[in-house]
Amino acid sequence: MENQEPKEQINKVSIICAKGNLEDVYAALVLANGAVMDGKEAKLFFTFFGLDAVIKKRMNKLQTATVGNPALRMPNGTRMPKLLGMIPGVQKMVSNMMKKQMDELDVPPVDEFLDMITAGGGEVYACQLAVDMFKVKKEDLSEHVSDILTVGEFYEKAAGQHAQIIFT
Amino acid sequence: MSQKTLAGKTVEVTDEGYLQDHNQWNEDIAKALAEEEGIELGEDHFKILHYLREKYEEGANLTIRKVGKSGFTDIKGFYKLFPGGPLKKASKIAGIPKPTSCV
Repeated sequence: MENQEPKEQINKVSIICAKGNLEDVYAALVLANGAVMDGKEAKLFFTFFGLDAVIKKRMNKLQTATVGNPALRMPNGTRMPKLLGMIPGVQKMVSNMMKKQMDELDVPPVDEFLDMITAGGGEVYACQLAVDMFKVKKEDLSEHVSDILTVGEFYEKAAGQHAQIIFT
Repeated sequence: MSQKTLAGKTVEVTDEGYLQDHNQWNEDIAKALAEEEGIELGEDHFKILHYLREKYEEGANLTIRKVGKSGFTDIKGFYKLFPGGPLKKASKIAGIPKPTSCV
Protein backbone atom coordinates (compact mmCIF):
# COMPACT_ATOMS: atom_id res chain seq x y z
CA MET A 1 0.00 0.00 0.00
CA GLU A 2 1.17 3.49 -0.80
CA ASN A 3 0.64 6.25 1.67
CA GLN A 4 2.50 9.20 0.29
CA GLU A 5 -0.45 11.50 -0.10
CA PRO A 6 -3.63 11.49 1.96
CA LYS A 7 -6.27 9.60 -0.01
CA GLU A 8 -9.29 11.49 -1.30
CA GLN A 9 -12.43 10.36 0.49
CA ILE A 10 -16.09 10.51 -0.34
CA ASN A 11 -17.76 11.85 2.77
CA LYS A 12 -21.36 12.04 1.67
CA VAL A 13 -23.60 10.00 -0.60
CA SER A 14 -27.13 10.66 -1.77
CA ILE A 15 -28.76 7.60 -3.26
CA ILE A 16 -31.79 7.70 -5.50
CA CYS A 17 -33.87 4.54 -5.76
CA ALA A 18 -36.46 4.69 -8.53
CA LYS A 19 -37.29 0.99 -8.88
CA GLY A 20 -39.27 -1.29 -6.65
CA ASN A 21 -37.59 -4.60 -7.45
CA LEU A 22 -36.07 -6.39 -4.49
CA GLU A 23 -32.57 -6.12 -5.95
CA ASP A 24 -32.77 -2.45 -6.85
CA VAL A 25 -34.03 -1.50 -3.42
CA TYR A 26 -31.40 -3.62 -1.70
CA ALA A 27 -28.64 -2.11 -3.82
CA ALA A 28 -29.67 1.32 -2.54
CA LEU A 29 -29.98 0.11 1.06
CA VAL A 30 -26.63 -1.67 1.08
CA LEU A 31 -24.90 1.40 -0.39
CA ALA A 32 -26.51 3.71 2.16
CA ASN A 33 -25.82 1.44 5.11
CA GLY A 34 -22.25 0.87 3.96
CA ALA A 35 -21.71 4.63 3.88
CA VAL A 36 -23.15 5.14 7.36
CA MET A 37 -21.03 2.25 8.68
CA ASP A 38 -17.95 4.05 7.40
CA GLY A 39 -18.86 7.29 9.08
CA LYS A 40 -20.09 8.93 5.87
CA GLU A 41 -23.25 10.99 5.59
CA ALA A 42 -25.98 9.11 3.69
CA LYS A 43 -29.31 10.23 2.28
CA LEU A 44 -31.79 7.93 0.58
CA PHE A 45 -34.36 9.30 -1.82
CA PHE A 46 -37.17 6.99 -2.93
CA THR A 47 -39.07 7.89 -6.06
CA PHE A 48 -41.44 6.29 -8.59
CA PHE A 49 -41.68 2.54 -8.02
CA GLY A 50 -38.88 2.76 -5.49
CA LEU A 51 -41.47 4.33 -3.21
CA ASP A 52 -42.70 0.81 -2.42
CA ALA A 53 -39.61 0.42 -0.23
CA VAL A 54 -40.98 3.01 2.20
CA ILE A 55 -44.68 2.17 2.00
CA LYS A 56 -45.39 0.30 5.23
CA LYS A 57 -47.68 -2.33 3.71
CA ARG A 58 -45.33 -3.09 0.82
CA MET A 59 -41.79 -2.62 2.08
CA ASN A 60 -41.27 -6.16 3.32
CA LYS A 61 -43.05 -7.76 0.36
CA LEU A 62 -40.79 -6.63 -2.46
CA GLN A 63 -40.13 -9.13 -5.21
CA THR A 64 -37.57 -9.81 -7.86
CA ALA A 65 -38.84 -10.19 -11.44
CA THR A 66 -38.98 -13.77 -12.68
CA VAL A 67 -40.28 -12.56 -16.07
CA GLY A 68 -37.90 -10.53 -18.20
CA ASN A 69 -34.91 -11.24 -15.99
CA PRO A 70 -32.42 -13.15 -18.14
CA ALA A 71 -29.85 -13.37 -15.32
CA LEU A 72 -32.14 -15.44 -13.13
CA ARG A 73 -30.86 -18.93 -12.46
CA MET A 74 -32.12 -22.09 -10.86
CA PRO A 75 -30.44 -23.26 -7.64
CA ASN A 76 -28.28 -25.62 -9.72
CA GLY A 77 -26.92 -22.71 -11.79
CA THR A 78 -28.80 -23.32 -15.05
CA ARG A 79 -30.92 -20.56 -16.55
CA MET A 80 -34.46 -20.36 -15.29
CA PRO A 81 -36.84 -21.41 -18.12
CA LYS A 82 -38.79 -18.35 -19.28
CA LEU A 83 -42.19 -20.00 -18.98
CA LEU A 84 -41.53 -21.12 -15.43
CA GLY A 85 -41.23 -17.52 -14.32
CA MET A 86 -44.79 -16.82 -15.44
CA ILE A 87 -46.42 -19.47 -13.29
CA PRO A 88 -48.42 -17.91 -10.44
CA GLY A 89 -46.51 -18.06 -7.17
CA VAL A 90 -43.08 -18.63 -8.71
CA GLN A 91 -42.02 -14.99 -8.42
CA LYS A 92 -43.02 -14.92 -4.76
CA MET A 93 -41.21 -18.17 -4.08
CA VAL A 94 -38.02 -17.03 -5.81
CA SER A 95 -38.17 -13.71 -3.97
CA ASN A 96 -38.59 -15.42 -0.62
CA MET A 97 -35.64 -17.65 -1.36
CA MET A 98 -33.51 -14.60 -2.10
CA LYS A 99 -34.64 -12.94 1.13
CA LYS A 100 -33.75 -16.03 3.09
CA GLN A 101 -30.30 -16.20 1.57
CA MET A 102 -29.72 -12.53 2.30
CA ASP A 103 -30.88 -12.94 5.88
CA GLU A 104 -28.27 -15.65 6.38
CA LEU A 105 -25.66 -13.06 5.42
CA ASP A 106 -27.12 -10.64 7.97
CA VAL A 107 -28.88 -8.57 5.30
CA PRO A 108 -32.11 -7.73 7.10
CA PRO A 109 -35.66 -7.15 5.84
CA VAL A 110 -36.32 -3.64 4.47
CA ASP A 111 -37.84 -2.16 7.63
CA GLU A 112 -35.01 -3.44 9.80
CA PHE A 113 -32.47 -2.23 7.26
CA LEU A 114 -33.97 1.26 7.44
CA ASP A 115 -33.76 1.01 11.25
CA MET A 116 -30.05 0.28 10.92
CA ILE A 117 -29.44 3.12 8.48
CA THR A 118 -31.32 5.72 10.49
CA ALA A 119 -29.78 4.49 13.77
CA GLY A 120 -26.41 5.41 12.26
CA GLY A 121 -27.62 8.87 11.25
CA GLY A 122 -28.70 8.13 7.65
CA GLU A 123 -31.74 10.00 6.39
CA VAL A 124 -34.65 8.69 4.32
CA TYR A 125 -36.81 10.80 2.03
CA ALA A 126 -39.73 10.22 -0.31
CA CYS A 127 -40.27 12.05 -3.59
CA GLN A 128 -43.11 14.56 -3.70
CA LEU A 129 -43.98 13.88 -7.33
CA ALA A 130 -44.16 10.11 -6.84
CA VAL A 131 -46.23 10.51 -3.67
CA ASP A 132 -48.69 12.69 -5.59
CA MET A 133 -48.71 10.46 -8.64
CA PHE A 134 -49.38 7.23 -6.76
CA LYS A 135 -51.78 9.02 -4.37
CA VAL A 136 -49.82 7.84 -1.34
CA LYS A 137 -50.73 9.38 2.01
CA LYS A 138 -48.15 10.44 4.54
CA GLU A 139 -49.50 7.87 7.01
CA ASP A 140 -48.90 5.09 4.48
CA LEU A 141 -45.18 5.85 4.62
CA SER A 142 -42.77 4.23 7.03
CA GLU A 143 -41.84 6.27 10.09
CA HIS A 144 -38.25 6.17 8.82
CA VAL A 145 -39.17 8.73 6.16
CA SER A 146 -38.27 12.07 7.63
CA ASP A 147 -39.70 14.22 4.85
CA ILE A 148 -41.27 14.34 1.40
CA LEU A 149 -39.05 16.37 -0.91
CA THR A 150 -39.19 18.06 -4.30
CA VAL A 151 -36.26 17.57 -6.66
CA GLY A 152 -34.91 20.99 -5.75
CA GLU A 153 -34.99 20.21 -2.06
CA PHE A 154 -33.26 16.91 -2.72
CA TYR A 155 -30.40 18.65 -4.51
CA GLU A 156 -30.07 21.06 -1.59
CA LYS A 157 -29.75 18.12 0.79
CA ALA A 158 -27.31 16.36 -1.55
CA ALA A 159 -24.93 19.32 -1.80
CA GLY A 160 -21.46 19.40 -0.38
CA GLN A 161 -17.78 18.88 -1.07
CA HIS A 162 -16.80 15.26 -1.66
CA ALA A 163 -20.50 14.48 -2.07
CA GLN A 164 -21.79 11.97 -4.61
CA ILE A 165 -25.22 11.27 -6.03
CA ILE A 166 -25.88 7.66 -6.95
CA PHE A 167 -28.84 6.44 -8.98
CA THR A 168 -29.77 2.79 -8.69
CA MET B 1 3.13 -4.14 8.42
CA SER B 2 5.04 -2.38 11.15
CA GLN B 3 5.79 -2.43 14.84
CA LYS B 4 4.23 -0.14 17.33
CA THR B 5 4.47 0.36 21.07
CA LEU B 6 1.10 0.43 22.78
CA ALA B 7 0.75 0.61 26.57
CA GLY B 8 4.41 -0.33 26.97
CA LYS B 9 4.15 -3.42 24.77
CA THR B 10 5.53 -3.79 21.26
CA VAL B 11 2.96 -5.18 18.85
CA GLU B 12 2.77 -5.85 15.12
CA VAL B 13 0.16 -3.79 13.29
CA THR B 14 -1.14 -3.62 9.72
CA ASP B 15 -0.80 -0.50 7.57
CA GLU B 16 -4.20 0.56 8.82
CA GLY B 17 -3.29 0.04 12.44
CA TYR B 18 -5.09 -3.23 13.16
CA LEU B 19 -3.25 -5.71 15.39
CA GLN B 20 -1.61 -8.46 13.40
CA ASP B 21 -2.13 -11.02 16.16
CA HIS B 22 -5.23 -10.69 18.29
CA ASN B 23 -3.52 -12.66 21.08
CA GLN B 24 -1.21 -9.71 21.70
CA TRP B 25 -4.23 -7.71 22.88
CA ASN B 26 -5.04 -6.69 26.41
CA GLU B 27 -7.31 -4.06 27.92
CA ASP B 28 -4.48 -1.53 28.26
CA ILE B 29 -3.69 -1.89 24.59
CA ALA B 30 -7.39 -1.37 23.89
CA LYS B 31 -7.29 1.87 25.85
CA ALA B 32 -4.25 3.06 23.92
CA LEU B 33 -5.86 2.17 20.57
CA ALA B 34 -9.11 3.86 21.61
CA GLU B 35 -7.25 7.01 22.57
CA GLU B 36 -5.89 7.22 19.02
CA GLU B 37 -9.48 7.16 17.82
CA GLY B 38 -10.52 9.77 20.34
CA ILE B 39 -12.60 7.36 22.38
CA GLU B 40 -12.38 6.90 26.13
CA LEU B 41 -13.32 3.35 26.96
CA GLY B 42 -15.86 2.56 29.65
CA GLU B 43 -17.58 -0.58 30.84
CA ASP B 44 -20.09 -0.54 27.96
CA HIS B 45 -17.28 -0.35 25.42
CA PHE B 46 -15.46 -3.30 26.95
CA LYS B 47 -18.58 -5.48 26.88
CA ILE B 48 -18.74 -4.97 23.13
CA LEU B 49 -15.00 -5.46 22.65
CA HIS B 50 -15.09 -8.77 24.48
CA TYR B 51 -18.19 -9.81 22.55
CA LEU B 52 -16.46 -9.03 19.23
CA ARG B 53 -13.35 -10.95 20.23
CA GLU B 54 -15.39 -13.93 21.31
CA LYS B 55 -17.34 -13.98 18.02
CA TYR B 56 -14.15 -13.51 16.02
CA GLU B 57 -12.55 -16.47 17.77
CA GLU B 58 -15.66 -18.51 16.92
CA GLY B 59 -15.04 -17.62 13.29
CA ALA B 60 -18.22 -15.58 12.86
CA ASN B 61 -18.59 -12.96 10.15
CA LEU B 62 -19.05 -9.80 12.18
CA THR B 63 -21.75 -7.34 11.20
CA ILE B 64 -23.38 -4.30 12.77
CA ARG B 65 -26.61 -6.26 12.86
CA LYS B 66 -25.03 -8.99 15.00
CA VAL B 67 -23.71 -6.44 17.47
CA GLY B 68 -27.18 -4.86 17.58
CA LYS B 69 -28.61 -8.23 18.56
CA SER B 70 -25.84 -9.12 21.00
CA GLY B 71 -27.82 -7.89 23.98
CA PHE B 72 -25.01 -5.50 24.97
CA THR B 73 -26.22 -2.57 22.92
CA ASP B 74 -28.60 -1.66 20.13
CA ILE B 75 -27.37 -0.28 16.83
CA LYS B 76 -27.96 3.31 17.86
CA GLY B 77 -25.96 2.72 21.03
CA PHE B 78 -23.18 1.09 19.03
CA TYR B 79 -22.86 4.18 16.82
CA LYS B 80 -22.79 6.35 19.95
CA LEU B 81 -20.07 4.32 21.65
CA PHE B 82 -17.85 4.16 18.57
CA PRO B 83 -18.74 7.22 16.47
CA GLY B 84 -17.87 7.42 12.78
CA GLY B 85 -17.56 3.77 11.76
CA PRO B 86 -18.50 1.61 14.74
CA LEU B 87 -17.67 -1.84 13.42
CA LYS B 88 -14.27 -0.86 12.05
CA LYS B 89 -13.29 1.19 15.06
CA ALA B 90 -14.52 -1.37 17.57
CA SER B 91 -12.73 -4.17 15.69
CA LYS B 92 -9.51 -2.20 15.67
CA ILE B 93 -9.75 -1.44 19.39
CA ALA B 94 -10.69 -5.07 20.09
CA GLY B 95 -7.47 -6.14 18.42
CA ILE B 96 -9.15 -8.20 15.72
CA PRO B 97 -8.78 -7.80 11.91
CA LYS B 98 -10.57 -5.19 9.86
CA PRO B 99 -14.12 -6.39 9.21
CA THR B 100 -14.76 -7.64 5.69
CA SER B 101 -18.56 -7.61 5.73
CA CYS B 102 -20.62 -5.20 3.59
CA VAL B 103 -23.35 -5.02 6.22
